[in-house]
Order: sequence, then structure tokens, then C-alpha cells
Amino acid sequence: MLEVDRLRKSYGGRVVLSDLSLSVASHRCLALIGASGSGKSTLLRCINLLETVDDGTVRLEGRDITDPRVRPDEVRARVGIVFQAFNLFPHMSVLDNVTLAPRRVHGVPRPAAEEQALAMLDRVGLASRARARPDELSGGQQQRVAIARALVTNPVLMLFDEVTSALDPELVGEVLSLLAELKADGTTMVVATHEMGFARQVADEVAFLADGTVAEQGPPEQLFTDPVDPRTQRFLRRIIEAGRL
Amino acid sequence: MSTRGTAPGDAWVPSPVQQERLAYRRRRSRRSALIAAVSTVVVLGAVAVAVVHTRGWPQFRHAFFDLSYGVQVLPDIAKGLWLNVRIMVVCEVVILVLALLLALARSLRGPAFFPLRALSTVYTDVFRGLPALLVIFLLGFGVPSLRIGWLTSNALVWGSIGLILTYSAYVAEVFRAGIESVHPSQRAAARSLGLTHAQTMRHVVLPQAVRRVVPPLLNDLVSLQKDTALVAVLGTVYYDAVLQAQIDIAESFNYTPYVVAGLLFLVLTIPLTRLTDWVARRQGWAGATGPV
Repeated sequence: MLEVDRLRKSYGGRVVLSDLSLSVASHRCLALIGASGSGKSTLLRCINLLETVDDGTVRLEGRDITDPRVRPDEVRARVGIVFQAFNLFPHMSVLDNVTLAPRRVHGVPRPAAEEQALAMLDRVGLASRARARPDELSGGQQQRVAIARALVTNPVLMLFDEVTSALDPELVGEVLSLLAELKADGTTMVVATHEMGFARQVADEVAFLADGTVAEQGPPEQLFTDPVDPRTQRFLRRIIEAGRL
Repeated sequence: MSTRGTAPGDAWVPSPVQQERLAYRRRRSRRSALIAAVSTVVVLGAVAVAVVHTRGWPQFRHAFFDLSYGVQVLPDIAKGLWLNVRIMVVCEVVILVLALLLALARSLRGPAFFPLRALSTVYTDVFRGLPALLVIFLLGFGVPSLRIGWLTSNALVWGSIGLILTYSAYVAEVFRAGIESVHPSQRAAARSLGLTHAQTMRHVVLPQAVRRVVPPLLNDLVSLQKDTALVAVLGTVYYDAVLQAQIDIAESFNYTPYVVAGLLFLVLTIPLTRLTDWVARRQGWAGATGPV
């Protein structure tokens, strides 16, 4: 489904990703873990073509999407991304946030788009707030709307960029359980996260990023209990000391 | 004040300590109001006495505040002001459209749009830098003197075009500031959904940008309203409020008509500036800049 091959990305002289390779099969969930600044967000932005890569390729369903001849809008319409800071459109109602892409990008007529959107909002438990403005919702609710907005066009791949990092602790659970449901429904997803519990219990595979590359990738039971790379060992030890695993 | 904070069903009665505080505050605010009233009367009285006793006051009053003459010229000047209002409305509509196009042209990316981008930049640089009066002279006297058949020689039209050219450069910068103030994450969110640059502008960036720049836009509108008087320098056959006042003054050598025209402008601009303030204040807590 998704193959990242020897990806490189730098800003100015600062190399953020170098020689990074990983792959995700259909209906699988890959968790990206690693310290802040290890390149998790940049990797997701590269996959969604919000950044132009310096070198390497990203293949989606076998097609090289980093080829400059590929139209980014077309790729983005099939890949959903959810951001740490929600990035909902503050001047639109919840419903309009969710119907924007179906109507403008996919040409769905308004009544059908609203029907789809309400079904999706119902799925994230917010159908009753369809007419509200984003700033009338709690952080957890806003993030669930952002997830509904990304899901409503049935993307083939979903990217989650530290979606719980900006939430109050008591709101993290509602978003993580939604992610677990999506995973159970067979959504192909890449989840950059600091929630080790989630990575361990929900993800099929975990990739540990360090120094802009994948230091270690494997099933969670192996990576969390028997890490091979010394950087992974150090990272996990610090997390255990902090009581977060 | 004392009833606030009482929830329904809550049998709260302020404690003696609180009642004493409330009584103290009431006494204080009564005292403050009294002091303000007395000091206002004293200051205004002193100013009035000083002005009236200044040497030359009778002549001054006669030349600027001749009430009966003012009433006499009021209808003509008011008719002139109606012309100012019409110039303002027509110009403002054209300015808003032109300025928005200029701002959008500057936000275009891609090599094909380089000429548009450059043209828009040069245009705003030039017309923001030129005095409005100079542009109006140049067009209002210059173009009709060419006697080109298909171009109108109506000075009113050329004066208005001068205002439009100058103001659209300012307003374009206001729009551009608004567009740039929308956080890049909003653009990223829209693009990540597959929206094109144009769709992102139309549905996500512009609606937020315009909301934010309403106060400065109203500010420019107030300014335009005053500057419509500049068209009078072309000495058109159409008399605006200032020109009408000038004509009256030429007959009577009494300057009251200027004061009348000034007051009429204030009658228009003060409500607009109050509206501007009100909109700005309201946006402070409920604008597109709110949390999210």
C-alpha cells in the first residue's frame, strides 16, 4: 500500500530525514514513535505531499507520488491527514468543515455530502453538534471532527500526526479509542504518537525514528520487550522511568 | 450588581461585610460622578469665557459662526454633499473589487503568473506613493485636454478614477495583510483535503481574511468619504459640498459655509467611525481570530 524508500528531506542546511525507508501493507496500522524532532511529522507531511522531498520515493498503491508530474491535489484527495492542532476552519460550522472536501474536491452535491458527513459525524459521536462552530467544542470533540473531515472522502490511507498531544489528559482517551475503532474496521493508517500504550496495544507494527531515519521497526511485542537498537533501548528506558509504559 | 451571581434556587444573601462593601462602592461611584460633572462645567466655562473675551472674537464669530447665514446656505451645501455621498458609494464598490483582485494577484504562485504579480506590486507601490491630489489633477485636467474622442472629458469621472486608483492601492494592501494573517496551518489543512490553491483561497483563506480586515477597511472608507471633496478642485459643473461652500463664500466673504460643510461631513463620518470601533471591539472576542 505505502512504500517509503530512502527518503531524504532537509530545511536549509538541517537534514530532518535521511535514508528513511518503511512500508505499510493494506489494512495495517503502523505507529511511529521517537523523540520530538526525530522527523515523525515531517515524514507524514512528505507522504501527503505537503513537503517536497529532497531525494527518495514514496509509493502509494504502487505509484511513485513523489514524481513531480503527479498532481498533489489528486494524491491528497486520497490520503487523509489529521493534525496535532486540529486545524479546523473556524469560520465554518462542524458540518461545513466535513462537507467541504466532498463538495469542492469530489463534486458531491450538497444534500448527499451532508448525508455522508452526518453519518461520519455520527460515527465519531458528534452528529448532534453538526451546527456548532469549532470553538464551541472541547479539544477532544474538535479532534474527532477533524478525523471525520479527513475520513469522509474514504481515503485509502490515513495519517495521524500526534493527534492527542494538544489535548487535556482526560480527553486523550476518546480520541485514541476512535483510532482503535478505525483500526478494527480495517483502515490503513500511519500514526505518529507519544502514546506508548496505544502503539503497543493497537498498532500492528511500530517504527522507532531516531536521527531522521528508522532505527528499528517490528511488531510491538518484539520492539517494546526486546529492542535491538541501542537508541531504542535508551528511549524505552527513559519512557519506563517516566512511568509512561 | 448585588443581584448578580445569584443562581436560581440559590438563597444567597450578601453577608454584612459584603453589604458594607457594596454601600461603600455606591457612595464612591456617586462621589466620582459628582466630581466629573463639576470639573466638566468648570473647565468648559473657563474655556468659553476665555474665548469670548479674546480680542477679535466678535469678528471671528461673525465670519465663521453666522447662524442665520449658515441656515440659509445649508440646503445648497446639503445638496452638494449628496454628490459626495454618491461619489463615495460608486468609488468604494469599484475600489473593493479592484483591491481584492490586486491582492489576489500578488498571492498567486507559479512562473506563469509572474507578470501579474509584478504588475500588482508596481501598481500598489506607485499609487500608494503618489499624493491623491496629484493623481486627480493629472487625470482630471490632463486627460480631457487630449480631446480623444472615445474618452470622456467629464472631470467628475476622471476625479473619481483618480480616487479609485489611489485608494485601491491602499485597500489592496489591507486585503493582502488579511490574507497573510491567516495561519499557514489553515492552508495546509485545506490543501491536505485536496483543495486547489484557488479553492483554498475562496473557501478557507478569504472568508477568514476579510473578517479580520473589516475594521481597517471601514477606516479607509471614512477616509475616502472625506477625500471625495478633492474632486472639487477640478472645478466641475457638478457642485459638491465644499465647492458649493466656496461659491457661497465668494459672494459673501463669510466663511460660515465651510463650517456648515465641515459639520455635514462630520454627521456622516462620526457614525461610521463609531461603527468601525464597534466592529473592531466585537471582533476582539468573536472574530475569526478566536481560538482554534
